[in-house]
Amino acid sequence: MISDVETILSSGVRLTAPLAFAACGEYLAERAGTLNISVEAMMLGAAFGSIATASATGSATTGLLAGVLIGVVIGWIHGNLSHRAEINTFVVGLVLNALALGLTSYLITTSTFEGHQVWQVSIPVLRDIPLIGQPFFVERWPVYLLLVLIPLTWWLVERSRWGLELRAVGENPQAADVTGIRVNKRRRQALLWCGALAGLGGAYLAVGEVGSFNQNMTAGRGYIVIAAVIFGAWRLGRTLLGCLVFGLADAMRLALPALGITLNSQLLVAAPYLLALLAMLVFSTQHREPRALGQPFERRST
Amino acid sequence: MIARLTTVVGWRVAAATAAGVVVALALSALLIAATGGSPSGALEALYRGSVADQTAWTSTLLFTAPLLLVAVGACVSARSGYFNIGQEGQVLIGALAGAWVALRLAVAGPILLILTLAFAALAAGAWAGLSALMHRLRGVNVVVSTLLMTFLAQQLVAFAVNQSWFLQESRVGDAVASPQSNQVPVGARLTSFGEYPNLQLNLGLFIAIAAAVLIAVAMARTRWGFRLTMLGLNPVTAKHAGVRVAALGGLALAISGAFAGLAGAVLLTSPVGTNRLQPGMSINIGWDGLLVALVARNRPLLAMPVALFFGVLRSGGGFLAATGVPSFLVDVVKSLLVLAFVAPPVVVSLWRRRSVPEGVPA
Repeated sequence: MISDVETILSSGVRLTAPLAFAACGEYLAERAGTLNISVEAMMLGAAFGSIATASATGSATTGLLAGVLIGVVIGWIHGNLSHRAEINTFVVGLVLNALALGLTSYLITTSTFEGHQVWQVSIPVLRDIPLIGQPFFVERWPVYLLLVLIPLTWWLVERSRWGLELRAVGENPQAADVTGIRVNKRRRQALLWCGALAGLGGAYLAVGEVGSFNQNMTAGRGYIVIAAVIFGAWRLGRTLLGCLVFGLADAMRLALPALGITLNSQLLVAAPYLLALLAMLVFSTQHREPRALGQPFERRST
Repeated sequence: MIARLTTVVGWRVAAATAAGVVVALALSALLIAATGGSPSGALEALYRGSVADQTAWTSTLLFTAPLLLVAVGACVSARSGYFNIGQEGQVLIGALAGAWVALRLAVAGPILLILTLAFAALAAGAWAGLSALMHRLRGVNVVVSTLLMTFLAQQLVAFAVNQSWFLQESRVGDAVASPQSNQVPVGARLTSFGEYPNLQLNLGLFIAIAAAVLIAVAMARTRWGFRLTMLGLNPVTAKHAGVRVAALGGLALAISGAFAGLAGAVLLTSPVGTNRLQPGMSINIGWDGLLVALVARNRPLLAMPVALFFGVLRSGGGFLAATGVPSFLVDVVKSLLVLAFVAPPVVVSLWRRRSVPEGVPA
């Protein structure tokens, strides 16, 4: 029984980590007013790029960095198309998602890559704690980056001057513009941060957890990340809690058949999306969501 | 944005689009060459699989019909500003409802087909309408809810075809039932006309063309269409002008869902698929239909040639796989072409705006 819980918790943490990285980025982008659906493209592109680079250089860590870079590039493209050229941001996201899925699927069928994985860190003493020792203190090293990146994201959004401007841009772009903040520039910057973190999440999936790339390996995780931010009502702590809930639900779905428990698997797959919708209905999130979320900003000449 | 697009000088946009298409195709050719394939061979396969002969045309037109239906619906919701991106799920809901009617109702042929199509449209319209309702009652973001509900629809279909009491294929003897429905009866299938040796014109295509014309006329010539456009351009003005914003926007969402559902029923009842409800049967028609509307700049009549073009890519893509080039390449080409078509007007207008001196109204 204890070992079953430990197994589920262990795989739950591993399934949560990529979501948590990307959710930090998506949270910041949405606070700036961009409902970024290309997070799926960022994760998938980074997953592919990290394995391709790791295979070429023989270093999984270089692969991880390449994944981050690819996420940033996709964020840069998205930002320029939706906040410079002012093409509808959802449309840009859809096209980028389709492009990433097509490109990675095409390239993986025409080339072969060696598998690589970043090394595992096992923290002495702590790893011997029953129940939580193995799940939390024996992990591939990028997971421990979360300990830095989560507080950093929080500080950036809630405490830095840049974050204050970012939130202003997400709440009331017209007012922000009047005070001299360059609205669309801030939004593009937020997308770069989002790309870096979503890229890290995708790369972790490939060179951390699995060690190789499979076609469409993110399988909608980017959309779950969006659901997590909604579930978290645009607060970082609750967003990460949402990621953990979704990660654990995923772990349960994989583990339950082995334990002889039959729960409807379609319901478990649908759970994150259902929970996010219910959260929006119950908590009446319109008072919490950034008021300019998803709205383009165009400077009026009048 | 619509207003600004029309003021942009036409030839600049045309030139930029042509340049964009050339770049997109060059990038694609480069990609094929870099991975050891032959660009000209791939192009020939695309051609042969889509428009080279009557069999190819048949397949192209079969894909065109559902794409056009989704696109027509997407035009309506995008015009109203109530932006629907859940077509992929609405296609599935339409197919689910259609399959249920076609397999459960015992009525004569043509009536069964009409009921199948009608019920698919109604169910998907109601599904999309739920997003409108959530927006009205609790202010839930429409884009988010339509997106999330796509994943619910996928699981709902997977559930339906895994339950023997619902829509799972019935067992014959000891055969294991698969996660799919039985074939819909022949009476509920869309017929083809015109037995030219190999060319079949499917009824679905005529339904789609009729829908495009109907919606184009309604948007351009009726009071409803005028209000819809006004709502999309400026909701505040529309409200002051007496438009019941929530009702009109909700209706636009429901209509876009209904057309997506109709596309699902067309996929179910025409020879493009297996005539069974299957979890993967929407084959990204919903996402692609949305892109068709985008390239057509939300004009239903313009969506007709664009849908045909997307149909060509799909049908040719299937053929491409036979030559050894992975058909995923088509998704890459398609996405690059969409960018080539979408970016130029805005880029040109941006460039023009920059070239106007500060302080002078553009």
